[in-house]
Amino acid sequence: MEAPLLDALTADPPAAAVPWLGQARAAALAALRRDGLPDTRVEAWKYTSLRALAQRRLLRDDAGAATRPVGAQALDGIDAQAPRMVFVNGRFRADLSRLPDLAGLTLRSLADTLVHDPEAVRAAFAQRDGGVAEAFARLNTAAAADGAVLHVAAGVQVSAPLQIVWIGAPAEADLAWHARMLIELEAGAALTLVEHHVADAAHAHLGNLLVRCVVGAGATLAWATLQDAAPGSSLIRRSEATLAEAAQLRLHTLETGAQFVRHDLAVDLAGDGARLVSRGVFALRGRQHADTHLDVRHLARDTACDLVWRGVADERSRGVFHGAITIAPGADGSDAQLSNKNLLLSPNAEIDTQPVLEIHADEVKAAHGATVGQLDERALFYLRSRGIPAEDARTLLTQAFCAAVFADVEPVALRERLLARLGGPDGALA
Amino acid sequence: MLKIDNLQVRVAGKDIIKGLDLEIRAGEVHAIMGPNGAGKSTLGHVLAGREGYEVTGGSVTFEGIDLLALEPEARAAAGVFLAFQYPVEIPGVNNTYFLRAALNAQRKQRGEAELDSMQFLKRVREKLAVLHLKDELLHRAVNEGFSGGEKKRNEIFQMALLEPKLAILDETDSGLDIDALKMVAHGVNAMRDPGRAFLLITHYQRLLDYIVPDVVHVLADGRIVESGDKSLALKLEEHGYAWVAERKLAGAG
Repeated sequence: MEAPLLDALTADPPAAAVPWLGQARAAALAALRRDGLPDTRVEAWKYTSLRALAQRRLLRDDAGAATRPVGAQALDGIDAQAPRMVFVNGRFRADLSRLPDLAGLTLRSLADTLVHDPEAVRAAFAQRDGGVAEAFARLNTAAAADGAVLHVAAGVQVSAPLQIVWIGAPAEADLAWHARMLIELEAGAALTLVEHHVADAAHAHLGNLLVRCVVGAGATLAWATLQDAAPGSSLIRRSEATLAEAAQLRLHTLETGAQFVRHDLAVDLAGDGARLVSRGVFALRGRQHADTHLDVRHLARDTACDLVWRGVADERSRGVFHGAITIAPGADGSDAQLSNKNLLLSPNAEIDTQPVLEIHADEVKAAHGATVGQLDERALFYLRSRGIPAEDARTLLTQAFCAAVFADVEPVALRERLLARLGGPDGALA
Repeated sequence: MLKIDNLQVRVAGKDIIKGLDLEIRAGEVHAIMGPNGAGKSTLGHVLAGREGYEVTGGSVTFEGIDLLALEPEARAAAGVFLAFQYPVEIPGVNNTYFLRAALNAQRKQRGEAELDSMQFLKRVREKLAVLHLKDELLHRAVNEGFSGGEKKRNEIFQMALLEPKLAILDETDSGLDIDALKMVAHGVNAMRDPGRAFLLITHYQRLLDYIVPDVVHVLADGRIVESGDKSLALKLEEHGYAWVAERKLAGAG
């Protein structure tokens, strides 16, 4: 595909401070120039066309991000007391952040780490290449100069949720930012992350975020993502996680913002007894397009995944959900559950859902289901018959449909924040 | 209060109600009995405004206004309440929120002040006690995980809270054990009032032992074929619905 976007973004790659990084960037760049962006003939992009995005000419990076003023309202809805790392257009902003001083918890920006301790992130830049389908990961490797590097030492349980805030702020022109988040929990560690994507004001930037995450034996990572990026913006987000023995990863995702979203979540259950719980909602309107791809691999015995996603598409929006679970040979005793229910609120909206289950092991428990439907007319009539106006009843039922996914979120304050983002009045959602 | 004149209703292309006349005055309790398929539940749904019921003839006036012209929520605000035969489970919607939203939506449509949460909770506690419902039901989702009996009692609880002028109870007795039936009856009887009317739709006479009606109607094949006082219910219980059909045929001949 002809891609002015790539020409602009790859013209002037950032200088690399260390040789191995220079090599990794050059290799990614070469692959990118060779293969370009995937078109819809590439299976993973079947329902999401990059044609419009590929035609855009965006600035590579925001040169002014380090000092760009950000309105206080951008941080509304973010717990002011809790520790946080704040990024503006992909650049770490120490002035807006509040870093905790906790033994065993290390938080650094990627830019800082690349200068002072590049070996700490070497492995994370030297990972596999996923082919043309992962063109944005290549672009990220080639261009990401900042991001977050988190490390929790063995046995350290961090109780206060750590907030990671990505603020999109208007600049002189629309731009692309590339950031990388590297997270490592050593054995027995525990951490709660709350990731926010918010807008300072209207813009049409492209964010390209790549997350690499290692959860050590018996460690627990709870991670909630509230994506409420600027209505005109695009966000490409790929998260890769590897779970060691008896590790747990609990993800809650709420996508309501941005114009164009692609979210890939690839999790390897690599150690016996590793467990993934993923709960997600996308709620779309206008001409929003959101594509969620889950790719879970059971690679060890007695591993479990429990995936529950719901989608709502109103007006002319389009949702795509692809949930793939692979149970590898030898991953006996695996338990895989996937449910994706969707609600179409308009005849012009569209949702494509595709669960894929591949089993190559014995004694596994696996179930998957996907539905696309409309609001329950009986429930609608029940609410109206009690005096609730039709439009309010529809809104309430839609919010409730989504809220069910977040029923077991802890802590309660986070759950309430997720429900509030769904737009329900206080106390409406059970 | 309610005047139904020659009502005809079609559902899915089939005539179900075929010329029904009924008049209910304030303060009265009417019971409509009849065999399965006679059109009893259709009548309840049409009065509450459910979609999919095509009125092909006749009229329904409620306190002088054309009830059939109103949206379901406007009927509720006007004072019509339907206790569902099968109350709907609504996962994710908090019961307390639902009740308060319903009450305040009705009050708003009537131009009355909305209740604040203190006033609302006071009212809720009074009504809960009458129906022996546990507080805990308030914190759950609407009807979700409620037993059959709890659902029916929750309907009556909603009625008590919303204080309608006309309450239509659609087979509220079905599936209730005797204790639950007594609680439901107690809840209804506590609300009997010169300004309020009830229409009890039921298949069995049993409910009428506890809620004594002023008038009993027999509905068969989409029409009221017989009306009388409470003794009519006892006769039906004794002779069965076949007896009505025979009398109807005899009358026609």
